Amino acid sequence: MNMRDQTPAVPLAEPVLSPGNRSGIPVPPSVDASAVQPERIGKPGEYPFTRGIFPDGYQGRLWTIRQYSGFGTAEESNERYKFLLDQGQTGLSVALDLPTQCGYDPTHPMARPEIGKVGVSLSNLSEAEILFKDLDLSKISTSFTINGTAAIIYAMYLAVADKQGVPRGKLTGTIQNDILKEYVARGTWIFPVRPSMRLIADSILYSNEVTPRFNPISIAGAHVRDAGATAAEEMAYTLANGLAYVDELRARGGDVEKFAKRLSFFFYVHLDFFEEIAKFRAGRRLWARFMKERYGVQDPKAQHLRFGVVCGGSSLVAPQPYNNVVRVAVETMAAVFGGAQSIFTCAFDEAFQIPTEFSAELAVRTQQMIAFETGIARTVDPLGGSYFLEQHTDRMEEMVLKVMAEIDAYGGVEKAIEDGWIQMRLAERGLERKLDTDSGKNVIVGQNHFRKTGEEVGIGEIFTLDSTVAQRALEKFQRVLDTRGQTAVDASLARLSHAAANDRESVMPYLVDCCHAYATVGEMVGCLKKEWGEFKEPVNL
Amino acid sequence: MSAQQTSAALAAKRILIGKPGLDGHDIGAKIIALTLRNAGAEVIYTGLRRSPLQIAQVAVDEGVDAVGLSILSGSHKELVTDVIGQLRELKAHGIKVFVGGTIPAEDHAYLRGLGVAAVFTADMPLETVVDALAKSLA
Repeated sequence: MNMRDQTPAVPLAEPVLSPGNRSGIPVPPSVDASAVQPERIGKPGEYPFTRGIFPDGYQGRLWTIRQYSGFGTAEESNERYKFLLDQGQTGLSVALDLPTQCGYDPTHPMARPEIGKVGVSLSNLSEAEILFKDLDLSKISTSFTINGTAAIIYAMYLAVADKQGVPRGKLTGTIQNDILKEYVARGTWIFPVRPSMRLIADSILYSNEVTPRFNPISIAGAHVRDAGATAAEEMAYTLANGLAYVDELRARGGDVEKFAKRLSFFFYVHLDFFEEIAKFRAGRRLWARFMKERYGVQDPKAQHLRFGVVCGGSSLVAPQPYNNVVRVAVETMAAVFGGAQSIFTCAFDEAFQIPTEFSAELAVRTQQMIAFETGIARTVDPLGGSYFLEQHTDRMEEMVLKVMAEIDAYGGVEKAIEDGWIQMRLAERGLERKLDTDSGKNVIVGQNHFRKTGEEVGIGEIFTLDSTVAQRALEKFQRVLDTRGQTAVDASLARLSHAAANDRESVMPYLVDCCHAYATVGEMVGCLKKEWGEFKEPVNL
Repeated sequence: MSAQQTSAALAAKRILIGKPGLDGHDIGAKIIALTLRNAGAEVIYTGLRRSPLQIAQVAVDEGVDAVGLSILSGSHKELVTDVIGQLRELKAHGIKVFVGGTIPAEDHAYLRGLGVAAVFTADMPLETVVDALAKSLA
């Protein structure tokens, strides 16, 4: 049966302007000067950074245009990276396949259907050597979307740099390395929460020493947002996770004045314009206050909420896809008014297929037009002082604090995740959003309202890969197993196990040694699982 | 079907919602599970990262009427083939299989050819999904 032919039995509600946003904040039709409390706002570049972390905004430094790309084999990605670098791009973004993300070697039965599908298979150092062949790692910044195995992939990156003779101190880049949101929304967890927090602290503290220019974590709200969380919840969950990492790092001897400078954040921008701008302004203010008041942080750089954003995601829809061009442009403006440090714009066709060259280029051009043609980036926080925006920022701040207080009241982030409490809240939110869309209460132009009859949009091409990718990955993998020195592998894995068993020791140097010996991701994860166990997903719907 | 008829049709039904493979995007699976439960069905959710054999085994052990598979990693052809194969091995011929997720239009026919009763994507109203299941299981 063709579901698309069926019309909903209940007629959709007429589109109306709702008197509040999805975050649950009422939005009055008019706001006057009495709503503004100047003492709460401050100056750009000054505590509490409501108006931005730099006094000169984007005139000092424009945001980074960072597009996420790449999947297939290490060889193909390497070619693609060389092309991008030739075009003047300086930042690479690496997507990994699901087996690499979940810690399975390509030979594992669970890995087989997923090898090379949503990213590159980096099962061992030899694949990383191919991926970064002839690229000068001292000159490029590499961003890895990796979490469950982030420490291992970071170790592998260090090992490649060692082999190329690049000093580790020169490396720049980012690993996402945010496990808490994986338990809630993205699903690439491996170990239980406690040892996972240790692994993240180990990697951050090690990175601070060995690769001081590298961002060892990007604390991400984007995934919970896309799953259905409101803007206020996105900020609240993310700041709560951020504080949990800070507590863990301090408990392991980290100096907050130092490590806090290398914490970075990552959010979605959806279409409710002022809700988004208020979210970023409120979040920046809250984080600075937490750092200063809770931990006594003095260095302003360690009080900064530095963040990148994605414009698009689940706010883009398949019907009337060109409407998405407008959505992304408005979202990009919200990101600029919100003071983002880096922006990724989704292609308009991303809701239903792999972006074409045309749509990918248009996404970049959108940012360039907003940066250089509109003039909105010239003055820092140009909407600061607006009666409505300042009031909305205050209301957003209250709402974020309210959600954070609910998590605290439950017993904190870790307990809320282990019990599945946050996951359940998120599922209910997702259902609520879906029902509001189905009913027409949440207006999506071209999808549930203003849709022309007879319009058909299906999902186009997704992850259509050369079917030999998996076979080639398996052959290469076998070759590595056959040619590496097994004694060195066994010894390095034994030392890793020993370190993992001692909670006060960092596993990082041992992971780097394992990578150098060509131990595989699956082997390293296997050692750690033996010591730490596996996360038991709470399935309590 | 009216809401009442739908509830009546789903009232005595047991439905397993499964996440085969490594895909970690589970919000769609959870939304469908909650919706079917609200519509009167008894719903079991597997959680993430189940093998096709595990899903088939749970389906048989729990005596379900239908299995809904949620897949967004692009591996739907392989994983659905495997789950249906395992169900056949276990001689569970009466269990209907539904698929939801990021499934390109050109693959819908392929999946139905494997024996899938219906394919759902995220833009479909939940009511459409519930109705289709109710009719199919009536």
